[in-house]
Amino acid sequence: MGKNLYQKVWDNHVVQQLDTGQYQLFIALHLIHEVTSPQAFGMLEDKKLKVAYPKRTFATVDHIIPTDSQVRPLADDMAEKMIQVLSDSTRAHGIEFFAPASGAQGIVHVVGPELGLTQPGMTICCGDSHTSTHGAFGCISLGIGTSQVRDVLASQTLAMDPLKVRRIRVEGQLQPGVTAKDVILHIIHILGVNGGVGFAYEYAGSVIDNMSMEERMTVCNMSIEGGARCGYVNPDATTYEYLRGRERVPGGDQFDQAVERWQGYASDFDAQYDDEVVIDANDIRPTVTWGVTPGQAISIEENLPDPDKVDGLERNLITDALDYMQLTGNQPIKGTKIDVAFIGSCTNGRLSDFQAVASVIKGRKVALHVRAIAVPGSEKVDKEVRKLGLHKVFEEAGFEWRLPGCSMCLAMNPDKLIGDEVCASSSNRNFIGRQGSPTGRTILMSPVMVAAAAIEGQVADAREVFNFTGEVA
Amino acid sequence: MSGTPIEKMSGRGVYVAGNDIDTDRIIPARYLTCVTFDELGPALFYDVRFNEDGSSKDHILDDPRHAGAEILISDDNFGCGSSREHAPQAILRFGLKAVIADSFAEIFHGNCTTLGVPCVVMAFEERKELAELVGADPTLDIIIDLEHLQVICANKVFKISVKDSVREAFLNATYDPLDTLLAGRDAIDAVAARLGYSAIP
Repeated sequence: MGKNLYQKVWDNHVVQQLDTGQYQLFIALHLIHEVTSPQAFGMLEDKKLKVAYPKRTFATVDHIIPTDSQVRPLADDMAEKMIQVLSDSTRAHGIEFFAPASGAQGIVHVVGPELGLTQPGMTICCGDSHTSTHGAFGCISLGIGTSQVRDVLASQTLAMDPLKVRRIRVEGQLQPGVTAKDVILHIIHILGVNGGVGFAYEYAGSVIDNMSMEERMTVCNMSIEGGARCGYVNPDATTYEYLRGRERVPGGDQFDQAVERWQGYASDFDAQYDDEVVIDANDIRPTVTWGVTPGQAISIEENLPDPDKVDGLERNLITDALDYMQLTGNQPIKGTKIDVAFIGSCTNGRLSDFQAVASVIKGRKVALHVRAIAVPGSEKVDKEVRKLGLHKVFEEAGFEWRLPGCSMCLAMNPDKLIGDEVCASSSNRNFIGRQGSPTGRTILMSPVMVAAAAIEGQVADAREVFNFTGEVA
Repeated sequence: MSGTPIEKMSGRGVYVAGNDIDTDRIIPARYLTCVTFDELGPALFYDVRFNEDGSSKDHILDDPRHAGAEILISDDNFGCGSSREHAPQAILRFGLKAVIADSFAEIFHGNCTTLGVPCVVMAFEERKELAELVGADPTLDIIIDLEHLQVICANKVFKISVKDSVREAFLNATYDPLDTLLAGRDAIDAVAARLGYSAIP
């Protein structure tokens, strides 16, 4: 009987079984950032421990770094201190730090893949729930807490229970104007925000096979929003071509040998799964959230749910979410006025996201009442965008082109909603208060849908606004 | 650090209602700018408890009848979202020492376990009854018995479930796994060598 990728990578990295029944798992790549990791260095120092494998941990700053000016010292003293602690700790322990203005700084889940640090068959962890992003390369990639960051720094291992594996096959062909973001929002809507608890999601099927690496990253990124701590795609020719020539990927004969090894991690044709779900690509439309969890989503063609048509708890959940969002049940979501448009984040802040948007906003203008910002996921993404002159397309359309960081995805930096502003956002969470104002309202959607909303000044169907008739650029 | 075994604990309860309570709600992101977790207690559920001008919204956590409560009760999928350990740290530093809910998000659950905060799963109907009991009489003592997988409150016995490995870790005081992990140093080095993971080029 064959094995799936999760089982192969797990087996390869198990150190031993612990007395509790859990397993000790070796971590191939550990990524750290300024918000959840400085405290872990303090814990190490309290116990007089060293970093066991400093060459297997890499650091960057993303959450609190401002995107308007990154001149040091930062205006926020505490933010400055957190970056300084990370900088000092990494230097003291011999960990490579991709500092601002180094040319390699960026959102941790953009930086790992673009440098080629993320490679198939690895176990990867980071003190950030969107670590699931790296699964796009065929990895077990897990978000962890700060005490576990400490565990990995001190031992390069974690104590873990194995997950079950659910294969999600998305079969068929996506309609024009339907993107990877719509695919994952649709999956979360169908399986629920806690449907994936206890599971790793293996994304498969012709739609996933035909996706670029950046699209696969968008899908895997939001696995955690469906409750799955880990999501992955089997490595294939698309994966290897993406990795070829990257800075931290071996070259020449060594690359060919690496590809041979990577191929061995892909799930066997007769692999067993704990569960399987098949999704018809034809059912997926441009999808937007309307409530306060990523699962509260509908297609742009649908009306908002009607609380009067359901009972009990479900009714309360819908009513509370509609109240918070100041929306009325059974009305279209299309036409909902927006105040802010945000394109960026570890979900949709990569070159192809900005290319897709630039190709449709050229010659158009953001509605006068909308504050629109576009934030590259990394210094490398920024450099590529500038090389192609795309930042000018954004600026001419009325977007501000910012410096790299997490920005308005979680508003731990100056980029925040004000009051009960409505934000059309390419990020990953629409939780209450997520974007920095306790009453702020977030509507999640794909980058081209954000662009359509920015131009129309209200939630709109990108297919109509941009006359999509063929493949999305 | 291995702590002391956690077999049984007791305290008064407080029920914070809601499905899918995410870690942004448990601790808003602006409180994450800190280099230690020491000061996080007062920030627990801040935006749910206080208006923007700092005035109280009279949240149940601030209800004097529930002052000193040590066991948090909530609904389904508690702790979803961000991996921030700040969430369980805030819960612990607020004075709560266990959470009872219908289900938990995985990363939150793991973070709580490491800190010695049991996440106790109770079936919906029973959990609802427990919340009602505590709401009606906040002075009731709740006993969480991890050894026998039950909660006792007002002479009623409620069945609970806790993942085997987690229960084992509480009972034998290895819920903070660091010492156990470090003890495997030779085996770790052997795996690293086999996988060629001594360094990244």
